Amino acid sequence: MEEIVIKVKDFQKTYGDLVAVEEISFDVNRGEIFGLLGPNGAGKTSTLESLEGLRKPDGGNLRILEVDPVRQPNRLRDLIGVQLQASALPASMTPREAMQFFCSYHKVAPRYDLLDRLGLNEKKSTQFGMLSTGQQRRLALALAIAHNPPVIILDEPTAGLDVGSRVDLHDLLRELQTDGTTILLATHDMAEAEKMADRVAILLKGKIAAIGSPNQLTATGGGLVKISVSSEAACLEKNGNNFPNVRQHTLKDSYAIYYSSEPGPTVSAILDYLKDHNDRLVDLRVERPSLEERFLEITHTNHNTGG
Amino acid sequence: MTAFMYHLNYDFRTGLRDRSLLLMNYLFPLFFYVMMGLLMTGINPTFSETLIPAMIIVGVMACALLGLPNPVVAAREAGIFRSFKINGVPALSIVSIPVLSSLLHMAVVATIITLTAVRFFNALAPENWGFFILIFLLVTFAVAGIGMLIGVVSTNGRTTILISQLIFLPSMMLSGLMLPTSMLPPTLYRVALLLPPTYAMNAWRGLSFGLPAPFSPYWSMIILLAGGLIAFGLAIYLFDWDSNNKSRRHNPILALLALAPYVIGAILLA
Repeated sequence: MEEIVIKVKDFQKTYGDLVAVEEISFDVNRGEIFGLLGPNGAGKTSTLESLEGLRKPDGGNLRILEVDPVRQPNRLRDLIGVQLQASALPASMTPREAMQFFCSYHKVAPRYDLLDRLGLNEKKSTQFGMLSTGQQRRLALALAIAHNPPVIILDEPTAGLDVGSRVDLHDLLRELQTDGTTILLATHDMAEAEKMADRVAILLKGKIAAIGSPNQLTATGGGLVKISVSSEAACLEKNGNNFPNVRQHTLKDSYAIYYSSEPGPTVSAILDYLKDHNDRLVDLRVERPSLEERFLEITHTNHNTGG
Repeated sequence: MTAFMYHLNYDFRTGLRDRSLLLMNYLFPLFFYVMMGLLMTGINPTFSETLIPAMIIVGVMACALLGLPNPVVAAREAGIFRSFKINGVPALSIVSIPVLSSLLHMAVVATIITLTAVRFFNALAPENWGFFILIFLLVTFAVAGIGMLIGVVSTNGRTTILISQLIFLPSMMLSGLMLPTSMLPPTLYRVALLLPPTYAMNAWRGLSFGLPAPFSPYWSMIILLAGGLIAFGLAIYLFDWDSNNKSRRHNPILALLALAPYVIGAILLA
């Protein structure tokens, strides 16, 4: 049985009359990367900051490894590593000083190797205020994981990072996951969530609109699956939409492209058709809608229903 | 090195590294001291009797009232305290370390003033060094406590400067730094008794420099100690990690309680 590390039950957060988060519930298992997705104002940061003990929930229960962030903040500190949405350190503090500073409060030896690993080797003695946004984000991540916490909470971890740094960060998160670290991340980057997260929850207006693995979410939408087929004799060019569940059909660069609501029967029928016409398959590609397309579909549906 | 000691070490170095703090901690008080030593001792020879304590108090106020509060406000507004909180930096460290750091900076400035004033400006040297050091510690604690309290309750840099100046400017004029409080009219004398430097000057005059003190210097020490303890305690009580949480944990108006010992002093000693 999987061990639940982060438990969110009927969590609610309000700011005056504004209900930012409305009774949401989800669990995150040990060693899982869990993504919180949603547009601005959906409640992602309120949820994360309440789990981090920076905000007080207005209802429900939050637990990280059985620790209550509000009542047991001191026990929480060594259990979590946090990269806040806005990284802030004293402007005159250098990465080297920051590493020693925070590690001394966590009572662990400074992890200067993480500064090297995250590309800050030549910036160790540069004051925080002189670092670029990407360098500040990488430093915040290094500080978040320096005390080897079992849970890491990241708010927009790749915001402001270039492509190379983003890949390095993803590799690092995978390594941490392999070591059993549980990672909760909020992101706007759907490709990142699809690539990294084992499961995601899509938050809309403070409610969970969908939850599951990226594959589950993309499979359950109303989006059509794209099937691209190329054959030696190009016999498919004459068949048009005459395959089951195909809604649209087009030809491009010697590929017959079908958009199907149920790809299994469609692919099966295409292969039978090629066999019947003594044609030979050259290439077959099946592409589900991306998480981004599914996300847009969910947000669009929610907007139209006024939910 | 423990976390607290590393934090203190870092904070002290910041006071030398940051240009605005360097100005308030060292350049302004030492420049002011040299100017006063050159000008005032010539104009008013009796000024040399109180040059050392007066210039130390100017330094303490520049450091603790003008230099200390703004970085506290700026750090809270920038979210630095949130980063500290999630990494286990206790509120007590955030409140106490700048006060201790100010004490160290002022000890350096006070040493420079004390060692040079006698030689270069013919200033009166302390007769009782024990009381001299004790009163220095008390006045720095009392003023730095108020400085930290201003930083904790103030919502922005402009308010911080305004509140700090409300204490700094009257103290410069009325606390016996430039002229003896005995020369003040009764109303202004009563106002002077609302200011911590008045008690420090009185205590130094009576207990360390062998000069006449208008009222009991021991009461001065008790009032400074009480003022420091109350201000420091209120700073911890009213401390907020985060300006994003719009409602404050406690009403900042409670900070006015820090004036209580001085109000009592003004009532009883005037």
